[in-house]
Amino acid sequence: MKRYVLIRILSLIPLWLGISVLAFALSNLAPGDPATVIAHRLSDAPPSDEQIEAIRREYHLDEPMPLRYALWLASAARGDLGISYRTKRPVFKELAAHFPATLQIACAALIIALVIALPLGVLAAVRRGSWFDHAARAGTLLGASLPSYWLGYLLILIFSLALGWLPVAGREGMSSAALPALTLGLGTAATLARLTRSSLLEVLGEDFIRTARAKGLGEWAIVWRHALKSALIPVLTATGIAFGHLLGGAVIVEEIFAWPGVGHLLMNSIYDRDYPMIQGFVLFMGAVFTMLSLITDLSYLWIDPRIPLAKNKRVGR
Amino acid sequence: MSGGGREVFEDAPGAHRDSLDAAGRKVTSTAWLAAGRQEESILHQLVRDRAAVVGLVIIMLLAALALAAPLIAPHDPAAQHLHERLAAPNLTFPLGTDNLGRCLLSRLLYGARVSLAAATAASLLVLLIGVSVGAIAGYAGGWVDMAIMRVVDLLLAFPLLILALAITGFIGVGMSSVLVGVVSVWWASYARIVRGLVLSLRERPFVEAARAMGASPARIIIRHLLPNVIPSIIVLATLELGSLLLVISGLNFLGLGVQPPTPEWGAMLNDGRPFLLSAPQLMIYPGLAISLAVLGFNLLGDGLRDHLDPRLK
Repeated sequence: MKRYVLIRILSLIPLWLGISVLAFALSNLAPGDPATVIAHRLSDAPPSDEQIEAIRREYHLDEPMPLRYALWLASAARGDLGISYRTKRPVFKELAAHFPATLQIACAALIIALVIALPLGVLAAVRRGSWFDHAARAGTLLGASLPSYWLGYLLILIFSLALGWLPVAGREGMSSAALPALTLGLGTAATLARLTRSSLLEVLGEDFIRTARAKGLGEWAIVWRHALKSALIPVLTATGIAFGHLLGGAVIVEEIFAWPGVGHLLMNSIYDRDYPMIQGFVLFMGAVFTMLSLITDLSYLWIDPRIPLAKNKRVGR
Repeated sequence: MSGGGREVFEDAPGAHRDSLDAAGRKVTSTAWLAAGRQEESILHQLVRDRAAVVGLVIIMLLAALALAAPLIAPHDPAAQHLHERLAAPNLTFPLGTDNLGRCLLSRLLYGARVSLAAATAASLLVLLIGVSVGAIAGYAGGWVDMAIMRVVDLLLAFPLLILALAITGFIGVGMSSVLVGVVSVWWASYARIVRGLVLSLRERPFVEAARAMGASPARIIIRHLLPNVIPSIIVLATLELGSLLLVISGLNFLGLGVQPPTPEWGAMLNDGRPFLLSAPQLMIYPGLAISLAVLGFNLLGDGLRDHLDPRLK
């Protein structure tokens, strides 16, 4: 167990190196001579040729590519991701300042998704083939088909403009998070509900459930006491991955609601060709997502008793 | 090994059925694809699945409207009728006009051409790259396989939307950079699936026989392995068209794709944003169009998946 966990944690290192190569390579996609671009972006007056050459030396742009990567990586490892062209502040500071807002709506969206998905999926599985099951199937299919960049505006039309219950945009007070979180969470709710249903149906077909039925247990007692526990294992694992998707999907939702998270920051950086910021975003989010999938994998080992490694952990400690 | 945990996850009961969402990494496993080799009977079964038929009808209808746009659109989609800005639906403009006095119906019809063609083109490119790279990795094995799969792992470590956005952001706006951004990350999950399928086939007797007869690796891949892999992959590509449409229109909605006056559903949504209160129809129709198309692909894909996945029966 310990060995597996250690290997899994160490496997982050090559992955992070790969992500850094990717982020570095991305910056070379930008059109134009980098030194000229930087010189123009960092000074208000048109730069002279000497200034451009000075920048070229300062940023080591005249060095060969591998050396430039090594220099860049060395400063990135110290948390120095460069200076934003747009805000003239350190990229890392900007990302760190905007991340909590993104985390807030992603967490709220995950809670909304689970609160909708679990009862819906369980009820659809238990009442398989009923009108409720069919309605749930239709609802989840629809939920998975609506683009968030449309759903968000429908929700604004209904809850902000027609009913006047919730603010249209911005981040002031708890109620302002409601619409972004709902927009973000509904699609995930649909996916998780379908997963819950199919996972519970699979478990309900297994031998130990037949034994419980033969004992004369009621259907709900079977579901509650026996089936649900193992049926939820894949759902929990999917939840970890869904959280990563929510952080990614937040880009579009933040743009709709002018929510000041990293997604909003990314879009402003893209519109303004703020290359260090886009590059920093890729590196930062890459680190976040790989950690997230590490946590998901490890928690899966811990939750699922069918994996013998998890038993060793309990005995071994 | 970085892939270890993911495989644990894919083996989880039930976990393989749902690809999580339009934005990101797939959690589809290959198990059901390997079994999906009876295309004829699947077609027959599909006809009996009402939901899948509805999906197919929706897609055929939208495709027909897109193809017939020049014939049936009442106006030039770019023509501005400045005296009739934000007009309500009337006889000349069946769905009304936008803020520049352009016919909404005509823009929706022409928009279908752009949106559906972009999704189809992206899907074909993804298929081409994913199948070739995956087949090479699976057949070659060794360090080639190792190197390719590390790149795949790397791309799949992100939600795909994020990387597609960043790549498009660096290249600059335009539909072609959107396609480059989307395709250059989307192929990875296909490559992984095709590699798995090829790995499961490469030691089979018919491949051994071809090798013994002196066939070159390229010939074995093209003549013997791919024909066994492609039917399943085409099904998978159909499942993906919906998510590709969502992400491409999403990037267009963010203003990174087509430039005015080209009509595209996502870009039309973006154009309608300032008029949400005064003229909500500018956002309602394009959104309906995207949702309908994605729903169609999802209904069809669901049907295909149900019939291909023996574990669901």
